[in-house]
Amino acid sequence: MKKMSHILGGLALSVGLTLGGAASAQELHLYNWSNYFPPDLLKKYEAETGVKVTIDNYASEEDLLAKLQAGGGGYDVIFPGPTTLGTMIEKGLVANIGVNKMENFGNVLPPFQTLSVDADRSYSAPYMWGTTGFTYDPAMVPGGELEQSWKELFEPRDELKGNIAMLNEMSDVWNAAAYYLGVDKCTEDSGEAQKILDLLMAQKPHVKVYSNDGTIDRMSAGEVAVHMQWNGAAHRVKKNKPDAVYVYPKEGVTFWTDTLAVPANAPNMDAAKAFVNWMMDPENAAIASNYTGYSNAIRGSGEFLDASLSSDPAVNMPEEYGERLSGFKQCSPASKQLRERVWTKLKS
Amino acid sequence: MAVTENSVGQRRAAWRARAFLIGPAALAIGVFMVVPLLLMAWISIHERDFSGSVVWDSYSPEAYLRFIFERNLDDSLSWNFDYLSIILRSVWLSAITTALSLLVGFPTALFMATRSEKWRAILVFLVTIPFWTNLLVRNYAWILLLRDHGTINSFLLWTGIIGEPLPLLHNGFAVSVGLTYSFLPFMVLPIYASLEKLDPRLIEASFDLYANRVRTLWHIVLPAAKPGIIAGSILVFVPCLGSYVTPELLGGGKTMMIGNLIGLQFGAARNWPFGAALGFALLSLVLIAMTIYALKARPKAGSQ
Repeated sequence: MKKMSHILGGLALSVGLTLGGAASAQELHLYNWSNYFPPDLLKKYEAETGVKVTIDNYASEEDLLAKLQAGGGGYDVIFPGPTTLGTMIEKGLVANIGVNKMENFGNVLPPFQTLSVDADRSYSAPYMWGTTGFTYDPAMVPGGELEQSWKELFEPRDELKGNIAMLNEMSDVWNAAAYYLGVDKCTEDSGEAQKILDLLMAQKPHVKVYSNDGTIDRMSAGEVAVHMQWNGAAHRVKKNKPDAVYVYPKEGVTFWTDTLAVPANAPNMDAAKAFVNWMMDPENAAIASNYTGYSNAIRGSGEFLDASLSSDPAVNMPEEYGERLSGFKQCSPASKQLRERVWTKLKS
Repeated sequence: MAVTENSVGQRRAAWRARAFLIGPAALAIGVFMVVPLLLMAWISIHERDFSGSVVWDSYSPEAYLRFIFERNLDDSLSWNFDYLSIILRSVWLSAITTALSLLVGFPTALFMATRSEKWRAILVFLVTIPFWTNLLVRNYAWILLLRDHGTINSFLLWTGIIGEPLPLLHNGFAVSVGLTYSFLPFMVLPIYASLEKLDPRLIEASFDLYANRVRTLWHIVLPAAKPGIIAGSILVFVPCLGSYVTPELLGGGKTMMIGNLIGLQFGAARNWPFGAALGFALLSLVLIAMTIYALKARPKAGSQ
């Protein structure tokens, strides 16, 4: 569900792969976020199976949904988050491929053997999962340490004013504000929505930028001291700034999962199923994690993980933070409308 | 074609040839303009479906009411100027961009038009070079130039002119710069095309009659450039209104233009009817601008 930072790299990659995709007996077309699937893993799959794989990229799940609603695009495997997957199942856009009966399904960690919108995992296999917290650079904050609270972002200290960046993602920002204020994130109460708006409006002058792109680069280059961020991106920040700290705020952290699913009208249904099964293999899942910097949900992948990943609390969450995690919740239309109104007012 | 064929055959062949020649254009207009517009109109009068798409068996003026009213929780309507302020901002930023483009573009075009023939060809070629690169890439390049530790600030810090990085990125300034940069060629080329046709003897005559440079510019060069200026202004103003990438990347996502608001409706908000209605609002703004142009241009066309 998360957009990766280097759109440009992804574009270059997808163009290269698309151009390289000559017709062959067995083909497989993936549709994914940019920079969210390791090119080496594609080569491994091609070498093992002889199936020619191509990837196209989308910039948002809405693009993905819109494309499928418009009749497809000839994709075999897609990577939706639960919200989008739920819509797709409801509208019959994805195929029941019996993931729970697949050979490698036994490798899936128990918490991921079910999903709010796909309870018995008929339609989808888990891909990556992660959290939305924030990252800071200790060298750029007073005292070298921040509280484990959304307060640091929403009501920043004077020294940090103008030096913070937010994700430009309506639901992530809304959720975080709701956790901080102790409001239900699916609230239908306009008074509570007003409180969220007030918080965000008061914060806005101190925000340098709202953006989903280039979050890693922005932290690495020292453009901001604090950045609301996805944990995989936080991990990648540490390559340049080993001291950077990823915070799981005590008020609550949104936790998300992405899935592998197959469109109902996939041209290469059998190859698609084989691929989904192949991705639940521990080594392959680990290769994907090593590339994306996000955790996978496959038992036994730990031994194939890079040490830098397994030792990073941003990726390998310390257990005591488990209770701060807040999963996906399908909100009512009334609540969604409040959220949209708040977001538009914030940006108007 | 064989001359021996009878006239019916000839007529039929001529008709076929005509259909063959007009066909592609008619098809292109039909497929790429009429059908999408009808689709937009159709979608904009339905109720939204919260998972995306619309409820097909419903009809509702809600999307249009939303421009000025907002529906409260008790279903009563109250005034709401959020969307209008976004639209006004778009118009304002587009106007600034057009003015800046004119300010930079006119001297550039004049310079180009007064070079030798060989140089003109080279200069026109140079003006079009930015189009070889994707707009997204060019906007990223501006981020690298404008940001706190970017090229410009690093240089100014190095020279000691400033002690703190200037806030060049993520504000209205950055958006204006980015938009002006993106659309400048659309201003330069039409003005150049007008000035290229200007007879240099007219300028000589003006000087012979003791007009100074300013008067010559005002009374000879500017009137000659006017069609180009008008065409250029429209070519800059119109696409500027709908710009999406530049405000998003250079503006820091803090304020929306209409393009971003439409993007939000088809994206995260999943409100297709409102997105389509906004598309029509944008279209009508463009039509108003074009009508003004047509009214302005008509007396001129008569006098020429």
